[in-house]
Amino acid sequence: MAYKIVASQCTSCSACEAECPNVAISEKNGTFVINPKKCTECIGHFDIPQCVAVCPVDNTCIIDASYPRYQAPGA
Amino acid sequence: MDDSHGFDLVAAEPLDDVMQKIAEHKGCGTTSGSSGKASCGSSDGPEDMAPEIWEKVKNHPCYSEEAHHHYARMHVAVAPACNIQCNYCNRKYDCANESRPGVVSEKLSPEQAAKKVLAVASTIPQMTVLGIAGPGDPLANPAKTFKTFQLISKTAPDIKLCLSTNGLALPDHVDTIAAFNVDHVTITVNMTDPEVGAEIYPWIFWKHKRVTGKEAAKILTDRQLQGLEMLTERGILCKINSVMIPGINDQHLVEVNKAVKSRGAFLHNIMPLISAPEHGTVFGLNGQRGPSAQELKALQDSCEGEMNMMRHCRQCRADAVGLLGEDRSAEFTTEKIMEMDVSYDLKSRQEYQSAVEEQRQAKVAAREAELATLQDAEASDIKVLVAVATKGQGQINEHFGHAKEFQIYELSTSGAKFVGHRRVDLYCQGGYGDEDSLETVIRAINDCVAVFVAKIGGCPKNDLIKAGIEPVDQYAYEFIEQSAIIYFKEYLERVKRGEIEHVQRGDAQIRQGALIEA
Repeated sequence: MAYKIVASQCTSCSACEAECPNVAISEKNGTFVINPKKCTECIGHFDIPQCVAVCPVDNTCIIDASYPRYQAPGA
Repeated sequence: MDDSHGFDLVAAEPLDDVMQKIAEHKGCGTTSGSSGKASCGSSDGPEDMAPEIWEKVKNHPCYSEEAHHHYARMHVAVAPACNIQCNYCNRKYDCANESRPGVVSEKLSPEQAAKKVLAVASTIPQMTVLGIAGPGDPLANPAKTFKTFQLISKTAPDIKLCLSTNGLALPDHVDTIAAFNVDHVTITVNMTDPEVGAEIYPWIFWKHKRVTGKEAAKILTDRQLQGLEMLTERGILCKINSVMIPGINDQHLVEVNKAVKSRGAFLHNIMPLISAPEHGTVFGLNGQRGPSAQELKALQDSCEGEMNMMRHCRQCRADAVGLLGEDRSAEFTTEKIMEMDVSYDLKSRQEYQSAVEEQRQAKVAAREAELATLQDAEASDIKVLVAVATKGQGQINEHFGHAKEFQIYELSTSGAKFVGHRRVDLYCQGGYGDEDSLETVIRAINDCVAVFVAKIGGCPKNDLIKAGIEPVDQYAYEFIEQSAIIYFKEYLERVKRGEIEHVQRGDAQIRQGALIEA
C-alpha cells in the first residue's frame, strides 16, 4: 500500500513535501500528491509515516488500499 | 538631506557596537539608573530610551508605537509549512476579509516575494520593514525563508528584515539569522509551564515524530527559551508575542513575562485570543472566550513594571501590506506585481523619511510643552481613558463615522499614554449611519470618557452622550497627545468645579472576526 492525500482537505502547506524520505510528494494543481510508486509508507526510514505526523489536518494523509502493501527490499 | 536617520544599513560597521550594547543591556531592563525604564518600542518617545536602541526601532512599525503612524511593513507569505499545532490556529480558513495571523490568500515563491517587496517599496515610500511570519513557521521552511532574505538584502539593502517564529526550530537557525543581518525576531511564547502548554498545543513535530501533551510543551518551551538566549547573546532584538487565553494562561503570562525578560527580550506583546467559532479552531469550536478590553489592559499593566509592553499590535495577516491597521495587500497580488514596472528609488524613500522625522519632532515638542503646564497643575489620582479617531501622523484626523478603529489613551497627571486600540465596524456606510454599528462602536470604547474626532454627526453625538462618552471635535486635526493633555486639564477643572462627576467606566469588548474593508 501507499499513502495518498485527500485533496479536498489539503491546505497546500507543503510540510509533508520536505519530510518525505522518498521525495514522493510534489505539488500538482494547487495541492500536494504522493507518487504511489515512490511511497514506502516510511518503512525502513521512520516509525511513523512522516506525512501523517506533520500534516496539520487529521485524516488527510491516508492509506491508499488500492495499492499492495509495500515490501522492503530483501524482506 | 539628513542621512543620520531613516536608514539602518543593516550591514553597517557601527551597528556591531550597538548590537553589543543591546546585548549587554539585556532587554532594556528596569535599571535603577536615573533614566529609569528604557522603553524601546513602547508608546514612549526617545527621551526615556537608550539612543542606540531607539535608532534601531524608531522606524519599525511593529516595535515602535510611534513609528507605526509613519512607517509601513509588509509580510510575504513564503513559509506555508508549520512544525507545531496550536489550538487557536486553523490552517484551512482563508478569506481576504479576514484579519488574523496564520492566514493568507496566496503563497509566494522567494522570487515572487522579492519582486513584491520591490514593487511595494517603490509604491509606498514609508515601507521600511519586511517580515516573514508564515502562514506557517518561517523556520519550518528555512530554505524558502532565507532565500527570500538573500534576494531582498541584495536588491533593497535599506529594508529591515524580520521574522516571527514559534521557536521550535530556532536554535538550529540562529547563526543563519545573524548572518543575514535579521535584526528583529519575534518568538511566540504562550507558556513556560508544560502543564499550561498541554492545553494550548495538541502536538509538535519533533525529530521525525509527532509528540503530544506535556512532553511536547516541555520541548517547545526549552527550545523557545534557548533560542531567545542565543539571539540576545548575538545582539538581535527579540520581541515576545503571547496570546492571552482566559482560564488557561492569563495568570501564567506574568511568569512568562519574567522568564523572557530575564533572557533579554526587549518588548512583550500580549495579544487577545481570537476565537470566533467560524474560524474552526479548537478554541473557537469549544467556546473558549477571548479576554475583554479591561482584562487585557490589566494584564499588560501588571507586566509593565517588569518590561516594556507593546500595545499597538493589530494581529495582522501573514501577507499584510501597509501601515498597521490598513491592509493594502489587494493592490499587490502576484498577478499585479508581475506586470508592474518596478524601479527602486532610494532617494525618494530617503526624502519621505526625512519629512517624517520633522513631523515627529514637531509632535514631540507640542506634547512636551503641554505636559509642562499639566505638571504645574495640582496633583490628582484620576485616570481616564479616551478614544481617538485617527488616520495616522499622530493627529486627530478621522471622521467618527469613518473610523475602522480607535486608539485608546490613558490620561493622568503624568501625561497621555497610548494603551491600545479597538477595532470597530465601519459605522458610516453609504453616507448614513446604522444603529447597530453605532452600538458596536459604543461597546468597543465603553471604558472611555470621551472620543476625539475630526468630525461627527448630530445623531451619533447624542447617542454617545447618552452612553456617557463625551464626543470631542474641538481638537480636529491637532496632535493627539497635546490635545489629550489639554482635555485632561479641563476635565480635572470641571471635576473640581463640580460640573461633572468622575465615575469609573465599565468594561469594553474586543472585536472578533474580520476587518471589513472600506
